[in-house]
Amino acid sequence: MDIIIHVEGLHKVYGATVAVDQVSFEVSEGEIFGMVGPNGAGKTTTIECLEGLRKQDSGTVRVLGLDPQREGHTLRVRTGMQLQQSNLPDRMKVWEALDLYASFYPKAADWNVLLSQLGLEEKRNAAFSKLSGGQKQRLFIALALLPDPQLVFLDELTTGLDPQARHAIWDLVREVRVKGKTVILTTHFMEEAERLCDRVAILDHGRIVALDTPAALIHNLKAEERVIFNLDGSLSAALENALSSVGRVEVQGQEVTVHGKNGRKIPLVSEVVGLLTGLGIQFRDLRTEQPNLEDVFLSLTGREMRE
Amino acid sequence: MKSLLKMTWMEAKLFIREPVAAFFTLVFPLLYLFLFGIISGNEPTPQFGGQRTIDASIPGLTAVIICITGLMAITMTMSTYRDNGVLRRLRTTPISPLVVLVAQVIVVFVMTALGMLLLVIAGKLIYHVNFEGNALSMLAGFVLSSLSFFALGFVLAGTMPTARSAWIVGMVLMYPMMFLSGAFFTVEILPAAIQKVSAFMPLTYVVNLLRGLWYGQPWGDHLLDVGVLAGMLVLGIIVSAKTFRWE
Repeated sequence: MDIIIHVEGLHKVYGATVAVDQVSFEVSEGEIFGMVGPNGAGKTTTIECLEGLRKQDSGTVRVLGLDPQREGHTLRVRTGMQLQQSNLPDRMKVWEALDLYASFYPKAADWNVLLSQLGLEEKRNAAFSKLSGGQKQRLFIALALLPDPQLVFLDELTTGLDPQARHAIWDLVREVRVKGKTVILTTHFMEEAERLCDRVAILDHGRIVALDTPAALIHNLKAEERVIFNLDGSLSAALENALSSVGRVEVQGQEVTVHGKNGRKIPLVSEVVGLLTGLGIQFRDLRTEQPNLEDVFLSLTGREMRE
Repeated sequence: MKSLLKMTWMEAKLFIREPVAAFFTLVFPLLYLFLFGIISGNEPTPQFGGQRTIDASIPGLTAVIICITGLMAITMTMSTYRDNGVLRRLRTTPISPLVVLVAQVIVVFVMTALGMLLLVIAGKLIYHVNFEGNALSMLAGFVLSSLSFFALGFVLAGTMPTARSAWIVGMVLMYPMMFLSGAFFTVEILPAAIQKVSAFMPLTYVVNLLRGLWYGQPWGDHLLDVGVLAGMLVLGIIVSAKTFRWE
């Protein structure tokens, strides 16, 4: 796979704040690459330096082999961008926006096809200001796909959308990748990053604190797996002793949680169920909870509120 | 070129869809013309040097349209496009900011010209106004006046931090100018102190130039007006180029 984005030592300061601090990474062609991080972690600044909308203070950025500052025009012909904060004039209609933006590109995609792919056909003649948040977002994605780009930037793709719209947009991003395009996205939904991205960079305070596939990030966390079940009666001392040999036990009313370490030989759930049936104890609603990207994120960036 | 045409056509449609801008450019001046027609009738008046009030009001109201389109339409469109992120979205595409600006100038110029045309047509049909000037000279004066006011509008949009502040400053400049520049009545009837103020108002020079050309006076009588407006145009282009912001 060809490397199509190469970032080395990217550094950007606003006044006294270091927004991006010596960030380096590479993205291969055909990847869905995600950047996650708390507010103010430097995601948008990084993406805007790649897009050529901001000039870095130091460091090298190559996108599609181009310098975004000096060769911005060529870059903008070959990439599609969806920005975190942007708008169209209130009274511009959906079809007019697509038609206008299509005229900016030498080889624009057929916007009628995009209109139906994004489910906006019914809204063809609707004014921009009359669209819902999800419809506006879909329109912006359509605009980002108009240049038939090799590379698409999607900044805060699904913020403020309902679950239906979010899932529809995820499907869409996967389709984009199937066509061989590369996608760079930022999000603060860990579920989105986990489900969608091939690789995820976790940013905090302007630095990349972890970068890997979601599965590897979760595996490396060595976080606890949990088994949770309900008892009809109370927890007997014998059972508590037996469970303690498997993992830490926590009791809340009738609900019992057993925390086990990751990477054990026998799955935690088999051990717990084995003990319960061995002792002939009735239990209900047994479920397991796996660590996810959110656990990784919280363990790396801490739990204190930002901003 | 294709982008510029599309963008111009789009901006024209947006201008018409915005009822406030279309009203002030196309309808409001006509209402004033009728008002003057009713109040002053169609008789020669010493106030306008023996010209009929209605003849003097066509160039005067044209100056008002120029003031409104320059300080209201241009300023508001450019500063709200910037505040709302419309320019930000455009910036991600290969087109140059010049396309946005040129499209804006073309559309607002055409609308301003349309406003004047409606005044002339209504004036001819209803009041049989006299036009003693040269049509080409009139057009040249109109182009110079419009462009210098548009430049002022771009300067306001560029220098004010938000669309709201640009709107307020635009209004503060616009209203006194409309009333004190001689657009509605001659400056000579105002107190001497206020006459001095009007010399500092760019619109005064538009009114003097357009009214003079309308009466058929030679350009030589209006070198000061031309100089002030041309200077404003050049300075305006320089300042707006320096202060243009995408966001």
